[in-house]
Amino acid sequence: MPFTVDFMLLIRLFLEFCRVGLFSVGGGLATIPFLTDLGERTGWFAPGDLANMIAISESTPGPMGVNMATYVGFHTAGVPGGVIATLGLVFPSIVIILIIAEFLQKFRQSKAVDAVFYGLRAASVALITAALLQVAKIALMFHKVYIDTAPGEGVISYELFYWPAIILAVVIFVLVRYSPLKKLHPICFIGLAALVGVIFQM
Amino acid sequence: MPILVDLFLTFARIGVCTFGGGYAMLPILQRELVENKKWATETELADYYAVGQCTPGIIAVNTATFVGRSQAGVAGGVMATLGLVFPSLAIIMVIAAFLQNFMHLEFVAHAFNGVRAGVVALIASSVIKLFKNAVIDWPTRIIYALVLVMAAAGAFCTMPGGTLGAALGFILSPVFLVIAAGVAGLCVRAAKGGLK
Repeated sequence: MPFTVDFMLLIRLFLEFCRVGLFSVGGGLATIPFLTDLGERTGWFAPGDLANMIAISESTPGPMGVNMATYVGFHTAGVPGGVIATLGLVFPSIVIILIIAEFLQKFRQSKAVDAVFYGLRAASVALITAALLQVAKIALMFHKVYIDTAPGEGVISYELFYWPAIILAVVIFVLVRYSPLKKLHPICFIGLAALVGVIFQM
Repeated sequence: MPILVDLFLTFARIGVCTFGGGYAMLPILQRELVENKKWATETELADYYAVGQCTPGIIAVNTATFVGRSQAGVAGGVMATLGLVFPSLAIIMVIAAFLQNFMHLEFVAHAFNGVRAGVVALIASSVIKLFKNAVIDWPTRIIYALVLVMAAAGAFCTMPGGTLGAALGFILSPVFLVIAAGVAGLCVRAAKGGLK
């Protein structure tokens, strides 16, 4: 890979991921809205790349949010980028937790803190829902198809609804939510989806 | 073994054993930290976890910082956190480098078209669980609806140029919406007299 070390880019990566670490509350899913926003503002990765990164981050060991940071950083600026983005993500956590640890009991019992998070958790779920809609648009709509007009020639067209993907998503959703298989690890469903994609040449 | 090395290695092991993060890693934390290392009691772990959930950042990272600090101060907090993220760094970068070379193959592209549809289903399922825990009464329903509409508008609509576009872009950004919702939560509880 012809990555040259671009210090300005690394500093930006660090700061951008500090921002992600500082404002995403809760699990790894909470980082997704911030990452779609980041991709749009910087052009470092396309929404389709992000969907792939989510899949890989869910199917590999390690906290999902950390995996996403490493992946985005690596995608943007190689090995140094992966390291810097991950350090950026955890930096605010380390600082905040070291401060809070000093007065853990007070923090736990503070009604003001509880009230802030009462509002904040609802917003976090709403942001993840919006991110879900974006990922759904990429995965289930505007599928690129090649239409052969003559031997060796073709035009690119887009299908508004990509039905095979929509059906696959619905089937997996039902399996994950309502079937006895729902206890299985997400990696099993991601593997199944990949297999269906290859077999049906999606 | 020096405690800092022990913290790094123990949390690296926890990082390797965790898939997905969040609640999925609680059993592993219990086994490693409470039973094996005796670095925390069940109650302490529950406290760390609860605070980790309601502070910014990844829950797993926050818990690692807590436990590391309790064992060896600030350096311990840093080492435990670095240990936790180390396996992710190594594994993800190998996979990412590998994929960059194979993404152009047709069957890999087909596989990822399927995988993306699967990811939609998995996220949808997680969102439903999160929704049930977070959206519990009328004020939170209103916050949820407003933030969803604003975030979706920010994501799907083209912003006008100039100062108006910049201002709209700021108001519809996740950072602003998160802060506004926190303030809203505080105001709602204060209005109900719940802060006393």
